[in-house]
Amino acid sequence: MPTITIDNKKVEFENGMTVMQACELAGAEIPRFCYHEKLSIAGNCRMCLVEMEKGPPKPIASCAMPAGDGMVIKTDSEMVKKARKGVMEFLLINHPLDCPICDQGGECDLQDQALHYGFDKSRYEENKRAVKNKHMGPLVSTIMTRCIHCTRCVRFSTEVAGVDDLGLLGRGENAEITTYLEKTIDSELSGNVIDLCPVGALTSKPYAFKSRPWELSKTETHDVLDGIGSSIRVDTKGKQVLRVLPRINEDTNEEWINDKTRFAIDGLSRQRLDKIYIRENNQLNVSDWDNALDKIKNEINKRGKDKTITLSGKFTDAETIIATKLFSAGLGSDLYDCRFDNAQIVHSEDESYKFNSSIKEVENADAILLVGSNPRWEASVLNARIRKAFIDNNCKVGLIGPDLDLNYSYSKISNSLGGLNDILDNKSEFSKDLFNAKNPIIIVGTSAINTSQGSSILKTCAEIAKKLSNFSGSFNPLNVLNQDISRVGSLELGFVNKVFDGDFSKKLKEQIYKNKPVVFLLGLDEIDPKSLEESFVVYCGHHGDINAQHADIILPTPAYTEKSSTFMNIEGRVIQTSRCHNPLGDSKEEWKIFRVLSDLLSCGLDFNNLNDVRRKLVNENKNFLALLEVTNSSKLSFSSKEKIKDENISYNIKNFYMNDSISRSSETMAKCTNEILNKAKAS
Amino acid sequence: MKHPGMINKVYNISDEIFNWSEENFKKAAVIIKKYPDSRQQSAVIPLLDLAQRQNSGWLSKTAIEKVAENLSMSYIRVLEVATFYSMFNLEPVGEHFVQICRTTPCWLRGSDKLVEVAKEVSNTKLGETSNDKKFTIVEVECLGACCNAPMVQINDDYYEDLDEDNFKKILTDLKQSKKITKGSQIGRQTSHPQREKNA
Repeated sequence: MPTITIDNKKVEFENGMTVMQACELAGAEIPRFCYHEKLSIAGNCRMCLVEMEKGPPKPIASCAMPAGDGMVIKTDSEMVKKARKGVMEFLLINHPLDCPICDQGGECDLQDQALHYGFDKSRYEENKRAVKNKHMGPLVSTIMTRCIHCTRCVRFSTEVAGVDDLGLLGRGENAEITTYLEKTIDSELSGNVIDLCPVGALTSKPYAFKSRPWELSKTETHDVLDGIGSSIRVDTKGKQVLRVLPRINEDTNEEWINDKTRFAIDGLSRQRLDKIYIRENNQLNVSDWDNALDKIKNEINKRGKDKTITLSGKFTDAETIIATKLFSAGLGSDLYDCRFDNAQIVHSEDESYKFNSSIKEVENADAILLVGSNPRWEASVLNARIRKAFIDNNCKVGLIGPDLDLNYSYSKISNSLGGLNDILDNKSEFSKDLFNAKNPIIIVGTSAINTSQGSSILKTCAEIAKKLSNFSGSFNPLNVLNQDISRVGSLELGFVNKVFDGDFSKKLKEQIYKNKPVVFLLGLDEIDPKSLEESFVVYCGHHGDINAQHADIILPTPAYTEKSSTFMNIEGRVIQTSRCHNPLGDSKEEWKIFRVLSDLLSCGLDFNNLNDVRRKLVNENKNFLALLEVTNSSKLSFSSKEKIKDENISYNIKNFYMNDSISRSSETMAKCTNEILNKAKAS
Repeated sequence: MKHPGMINKVYNISDEIFNWSEENFKKAAVIIKKYPDSRQQSAVIPLLDLAQRQNSGWLSKTAIEKVAENLSMSYIRVLEVATFYSMFNLEPVGEHFVQICRTTPCWLRGSDKLVEVAKEVSNTKLGETSNDKKFTIVEVECLGACCNAPMVQINDDYYEDLDEDNFKKILTDLKQSKKITKGSQIGRQTSHPQREKNA
């Protein structure tokens, strides 16, 4: 391996590294503004200057200089110190001294680096420049005078988000960052430019003037608003979540999160259920736990213990699933299910509902078949990986489904599901690309699976997957893209009943019509409230959304930032969220509720704390044992060639920004719907 | 410094939509063909220049969008190029775009006086267009003809060895749409030393 000497320390580096990366290997910290690991190299801020011996008689920009064998680099010589001071002085010439009123204050790269590398006073006496603020939409607020033209935001939107919206106009002193004619950034990853901006030029609009970073308590946790389970940091003040930032996790979200994850949090303090409600005379009245649980006990006894139905929702965690499953077993009922959207699975085959090839593998793909999936809305950070594959590997993307606005080019195979037959028979043009590719993968969306012929589609996709060149004992190219964080965990724990197979809503209606039972809805708002008529509905959830209004009893539970819970993301990776602040109002975790109910109805639940519940969880399914790890299943046991009927697909997400009870309660998301989606529709 | 080529904005002053003339459409196709496949974006500067010539010396919003569509580029990428180069005007300009060099050699040889003459004849301010839309007067940095200073560029041509009198004549002639001679105004061959010719 080649070696480089940095500050008299010899280090080995890999070919292709830059001087800056080599310096980091040697433990020398290099200040920078424009350089970012995930973006292309611009080399325009000049902050990373270092001295190279026997090189040019001037400092070099370490971020853009490839490291060479035998180079001798100094990072703390007089020349370097002088150069950094000079660069910093120039950067500060036009930077306003408004840190006290700047939202970036306290976490600003420029502020920090000015402290370490800058002068203690200004020598500049001329007028500073001022730049007009630009409109960039409801999420990103701009104070463009603060901009230092690092162009990170431009490179991010072009390279990662794939929308050519931001640009640097003019030059020299007149340079300005803007969108074309100040249009809104049309990307679901736009919030990331706020994190990327090293100064306070691009800041969060909803968070403007809310708080200072040192006043916030920061909790590392995971997102639950899509199936990815992105690693996030939640910043809270008292009982209010003020912002969400991404954490680096190369396996799932890299460094990005989508705008819903970041900005839907104001929904956490609106429309909340924080009291117990009981329906009396067709009106929901505030009550208390004892009354409510007593009433539930009576109703269950009256309507039949073994008829009780439990249905999980979008955010139901594994602890709740295991607690309710054991509770139902105690009642003698096995009428529980999580497939409210009519998802079709192959029973006891976990590869029929998982993202088998792992999220990370997507960036190595050179052909991707999308079946009824809009990855841009269903899993935005996954879509960024597809785009990466498209750019780096010239990945060919084929789509079965109606036209989409994806940020990479794709070949349309067919509007309807019939295209799947042609792929299997090698009749379509794309099938050549797919079968000849070295690393092809198939992504099947729930829009395709949640139909009456869903299981045939799964089997046919599996058949195609078996024909792919990379299908082997260690790799499974078939991926099912679930949209909810709760789904894979629930299926893994067997929270299904074959009674509901086929047509979920019809079967559910039948069950309810026949038995008129007690129905527990675990935060489930996605089913038709009409189908619940005549049953006794207990709604355990945190938002007064659609179904809570039709409930007979409402039991408040904490939202995902208020409890520690376990989920499995689409790949089957176990993630555990942390409690960021205390639950609102009277809410109690679901497992506690069912533990008390179990005593009232003598169901024999014997756990007394969260650890006990988690022990039960691991006993039920060993896959929950290791956190953040994933065991890929490489078998495909259910494939068969089936004739697919040529039915149309309609994507099941109609509005990316308001897709669940939390984001439907969010004002910011409502603004996004108005300003971004409705505008796009109008034009 | 006021200059129609140094603003970061696009204007659409009239409702007129920019469309290539038939002749220029063919020219554009020839220009695009010069570049290898998938590198067509390289044609952005010549195409913007062609559009500016067709659009009486400036680029409107629709002209920029047209070029972007021709090259399958996003609007902002083309606007970046158009705003970067001061030679692309983003505001309407007069029939004669008068660029007076003000860098040291020309300045020492009296470019200040030329500015006064230009203001007087066109009856307008620096960086602005005259009411009769005949002239736009701007100051520019060195245009690289210092040996024949002071000099002025009007549209595509250089006018060198100027003084108050001959520059005034040039502008008055232009105002009356008379023909004028380009290059040196004292009969100098290219940049030969003046003495040699006199001897």
